[in-house]
Amino acid sequence: MSTIPRNDRTRQVSALLTRNEETFVNEWLRQMSGATRRSDLMKETELRTQCSQFLRLLQNGLNGGDFNFQSSTWDKIREMLSEISRSRAIQGFTPAETASFVFSAKRPLFTLIRQEFGIDADSLAAQMWATTELLDAMGLYTAEVFQKSREDVIRRQQEELLELSTPVVKLWDGVLALPIIGTLDSARTQVVMESLLQAIVQTNSRVAIIDITGVPTVDTVVAQHLLKTVTAARLMGADCIISGVRPQIAQTIVHLGINLTDVATKATLAAAFQIALQRLGVSFVKEQNGKPNS
Amino acid sequence: MEKIPILKMGEFLLVTIQVDMHDRLAMALQDDLTNAISETEARGVLIDISSLEIVDSFIGRMLANIAAMSRVLDAQTVVVGMQPAVAITLVELGLSLPGVRTALNVDAGMEVLRASVNGA
Repeated sequence: MSTIPRNDRTRQVSALLTRNEETFVNEWLRQMSGATRRSDLMKETELRTQCSQFLRLLQNGLNGGDFNFQSSTWDKIREMLSEISRSRAIQGFTPAETASFVFSAKRPLFTLIRQEFGIDADSLAAQMWATTELLDAMGLYTAEVFQKSREDVIRRQQEELLELSTPVVKLWDGVLALPIIGTLDSARTQVVMESLLQAIVQTNSRVAIIDITGVPTVDTVVAQHLLKTVTAARLMGADCIISGVRPQIAQTIVHLGINLTDVATKATLAAAFQIALQRLGVSFVKEQNGKPNS
Repeated sequence: MEKIPILKMGEFLLVTIQVDMHDRLAMALQDDLTNAISETEARGVLIDISSLEIVDSFIGRMLANIAAMSRVLDAQTVVVGMQPAVAITLVELGLSLPGVRTALNVDAGMEVLRASVNGA
């Protein structure tokens, strides 16, 4: 064990940094410019500003006399690190590149410590260990904030996707189509069901076609959701046709023992549309040479 | 006590539910309607529930019962104008009203009734 008291150790490091500020920042930047610095995403001057700001806050924290990163002494620096991580997550840095902002400070700092305490092995080891712990805590903290910001972005995108993914299309007077793309889960089915039923009321449609060409897999849950939607539409007085059943899905449905006999199913949207028009009593006559066929 | 009016339109009966249904009212409607069918020898019953915003399992079952009773009395039942929220609730309750015909509005419902009566 070192004979120096704990808070003296932090002040020693702080004083060390004050004396060697210029060399420390230069060496730190040089470390970062190795494999991980992204000059395409961030300017040198901006990075230098961040470094010196970090250094100032680090000194303040060290003067507070505590190596424990969770304590309130380090509030300011935590704030700054979260700001940096968040902006880097948005700018497109990788987690490693973000965390290396803190980790690349290790080498220059350790060099300084070795120069200072080189003769006294005990103090050197104690200083090294305390500093390592502190910097590791900072690095992990940046990684954590980075992850959290990414998750926020993902969550927002998911919500946007949910809103975008349920368009109800009017194909004909009284015929609606609902092309579903992507996996159906409970939350999404709720949105799908509500928007379809609402559209049925608004457009007074008698036939609704649910197209599942874009649904990758159908399991019992998805099938149940589909059946619920079909039943609800029937209760309102609209017929539902399920179209876009791929061979693979037809096989799965039969293997799972799902009963779709009460629902009209068609292989393609075109076939379903034809049936829908038939139910409305609409028919087409193909013209030849610009004249009616019959 | 409030009552749900039952109107006669040719050979059909027209019931519009415009108040919140409670259980006693539903039972009274069931009585009145079966009586009216046998008195008027109606061939079809059209129940308009477009103003009905809240249903429970009892009302759902009552609709199914009315349809079944009418069928026994040789009259077709069509339920028209169900709101999306009501439809979702009924499905979630597991009441898919298998024997009940449905239509979007009174016009479409009348068409369904005429077709089924003429076809029979």
